[in-house]
Amino acid sequence: MTPELGHYALILALCVAAAQGSLPLWGARRGDPGLMEVGRSAALAQFVLVGVAFVALVHAYVTSDFSVANVVRNSHTTKPLLYKITGTWGNHEGSMLLWALILSLFGAGVAAFGGNLPATLRARVLGIQGLIGLGFLAFILFTSNPFERLDPAPADGNDLNPLLQDPGLAFHPPLLYLGYVGFSVTFSFAIAALIEGRVDAAWARWVRPWTLASWCFLTLGIALGSWWAYYELGWGGFWFWDPVENASFMPWLLGTALLHSAIVTEKRDALKSWTLLLAVLAFSLSLLGTFLVRSGVLTSVHAFAQDPARGLFILAFLIIVTGGGLTLYAWRAPRLAAGGLFAPVSREGGLVFNNLLLATLTLTVFLGTLYPLALDAVGGGKVSVGPPFYAATFIPLALPLLAAVPIGPFLAWKRGDLPAALKQLRAVGAVAVLAGIITLFIAHRSTVLAACGVAVATWLILGALRELARRIQLFGVPLADSLRRLKGLPRAAIGMTIAHAALGLSVLGITGVSVWQTETIVVMKPGVPVMHAGYEVTLEGTTDVSGPNYVAERGRLVYRRGGDIVTVLEPERRLYKVQRRATTEAAIRTTVLADLYATLGEADGKGGWTVRLYHNPLAPWIWLGAALAALGGVVSLSDRRLRIGAPRRARPTATQPAE
Amino acid sequence: MTPKRKRLWLLLGSLGALAVAVGLVLTALDDNLVFFYSPTQIVEKAPPADKRLRIGGLVTPGSVVKGSDGLTTTFEVTDTKHTLKVTYRGVLPDLFREGQGVVAEGTLGKDGVFVAREVLAKHDEKYMPPEVADALKKSGHWKEGEPPPAAKK
Repeated sequence: MTPELGHYALILALCVAAAQGSLPLWGARRGDPGLMEVGRSAALAQFVLVGVAFVALVHAYVTSDFSVANVVRNSHTTKPLLYKITGTWGNHEGSMLLWALILSLFGAGVAAFGGNLPATLRARVLGIQGLIGLGFLAFILFTSNPFERLDPAPADGNDLNPLLQDPGLAFHPPLLYLGYVGFSVTFSFAIAALIEGRVDAAWARWVRPWTLASWCFLTLGIALGSWWAYYELGWGGFWFWDPVENASFMPWLLGTALLHSAIVTEKRDALKSWTLLLAVLAFSLSLLGTFLVRSGVLTSVHAFAQDPARGLFILAFLIIVTGGGLTLYAWRAPRLAAGGLFAPVSREGGLVFNNLLLATLTLTVFLGTLYPLALDAVGGGKVSVGPPFYAATFIPLALPLLAAVPIGPFLAWKRGDLPAALKQLRAVGAVAVLAGIITLFIAHRSTVLAACGVAVATWLILGALRELARRIQLFGVPLADSLRRLKGLPRAAIGMTIAHAALGLSVLGITGVSVWQTETIVVMKPGVPVMHAGYEVTLEGTTDVSGPNYVAERGRLVYRRGGDIVTVLEPERRLYKVQRRATTEAAIRTTVLADLYATLGEADGKGGWTVRLYHNPLAPWIWLGAALAALGGVVSLSDRRLRIGAPRRARPTATQPAE
Repeated sequence: MTPKRKRLWLLLGSLGALAVAVGLVLTALDDNLVFFYSPTQIVEKAPPADKRLRIGGLVTPGSVVKGSDGLTTTFEVTDTKHTLKVTYRGVLPDLFREGQGVVAEGTLGKDGVFVAREVLAKHDEKYMPPEVADALKKSGHWKEGEPPPAAKK
């Protein structure tokens, strides 16, 4: 009964979305407040209805209702409860339902917190959200119904893909979707602004928190996915430039650009038309990502078995959204009033530089990801584009961008003084170059690229701190005064410092793993030590263990240094009983400076085991950096300026440094 | 700075960035494109030795042999018309199985044995890499919707 309730709620949600996608837009055109108000109630109703459908599906999973085809395909009675719940979105149908849920959540958010938005803008934003919702709900109901029944119901299910039975992956899709779908709100705002023909600072102030929030979620989602790939796939790598990874990376890059250009629109009323374009493109790339993942057109480590009809539907939707958005943009954007003027060397100019490079980076990833598709479509043969391509294109473009990051905040709005900015960063620059030189000559196995990586990372971290020090006049005034200034700083400024420094941490981590990773693949006999990255590693033996729905062989690897035991790693090789599928569970011991990483392979039948050992210097910093960057976003999000609707208290302006 | 000059600067900047990007992309594509070959294509028109390429097909049942060092595996990949011998040193992905589709990246040795540097893993065993599906269709032994040929044995 519950599945039918869910199905019914989903159909109702579709009808509500149809109303939400038409009446408010019409009302805004005619200036009819009654019709415009439909948007708010419809958005809330849609959220409740999709929520009911989602809960119904979770319920079917938790209670193992095997009359539902989707549950049969992806669940099993012995699966742990956590994975029964997360298995709800561990498959195509369920993940699309999650997408629709988050979409309606954001729509409801605009309806609930948009009290102080101009009525027509709100109605139009909600109308566009409704249209997007209509597309996705139709997609779910007509091509991927999660509530399809199976008669007769089998006694048990096929279980969830064991690789997905992991806490990291359990929360990766929701976070990623929160990011992807969050860009739908900025998209709706952009389209609404184009329809209204007006973009101003208030509009940008409204768009920024949504962009920031989506960006934080996307950052965390990508980081979690990469972390999962790192420990679960057992290859010791964290990023493979795989099409599906790229699909999430492109909206992130463009979202980062949008984040920065929206600042210019908000503060200086400039770059308006560019900000709109970015908002349209960021969401288009999110949809493109969905299309690439869901259609299976590309060979990817992440590819799942697919149904071409679904791919076609999303492709059509993508064309309507992107094509419609860009057409509207081409038609309306030239009419937008021109914004504030600025010199090329200025804060605005710096942010334009940031945007140019981020957009170019997005373009290179886009070309690398889609070139194989295009070539195949014109009959040019099957090709693939791998990490060497990205190393040759991405890094040369990313380095100047990273080098510019600490300089930007030192430039004033409108007209900046580059020599003065560089003078203030002189010491930081010297330390960074020194760090690079030390890396080049002292660290073993060093390359110019490694030296660049270390230098840029140092430059980013110290440059961010230097900028903070300047704001609070550290050592210029008594320490107590500086601390008072720190407290008075806008949260957005502190968020920026954190995020920029965090970027440096990630760069350091990426450099460390890419350059100094040690890999040892050997057949180990129990008791015979193997030397690995300065450790003496001994396989003490293997034991059989059994989990709720798997059996496993667990190896015991003892790491010694100078005779003393440093750590013991216990990697597992699991065999999931239902799908008869093996997975590798890497064991990782992290010190702050490096990860010790081990996976257990197959037995060779002669008493030995294939073992893969990695020593990954600085690896944890990659994810630490990403988490800190997201934290920076959250801190910035808490800036009182962005809490629209809160009455603005008059403040003494003297302690407030100009931003 | 007049709006006109500002626009000019922006335009020049964007064009510059675009030119650099296109240049980088084109040179990188030239050097780093990895072409896919089915076993039949390799027999018909052998690619130059030492060029990085991808091959794919089904792992011939019974062909997987572990080397004496315990790390090297040799196996045959077939598109049911021709077969290609592949050797790989390292740990095979968990989903590598006889009779299933596989894609490997590496180089073709002078002796005609493909030296794989990477064997692609998959998330899902029902999934057939599109290149493999295509190669099988071309050799005329498999149609969309059917179970893969090796699975019928």
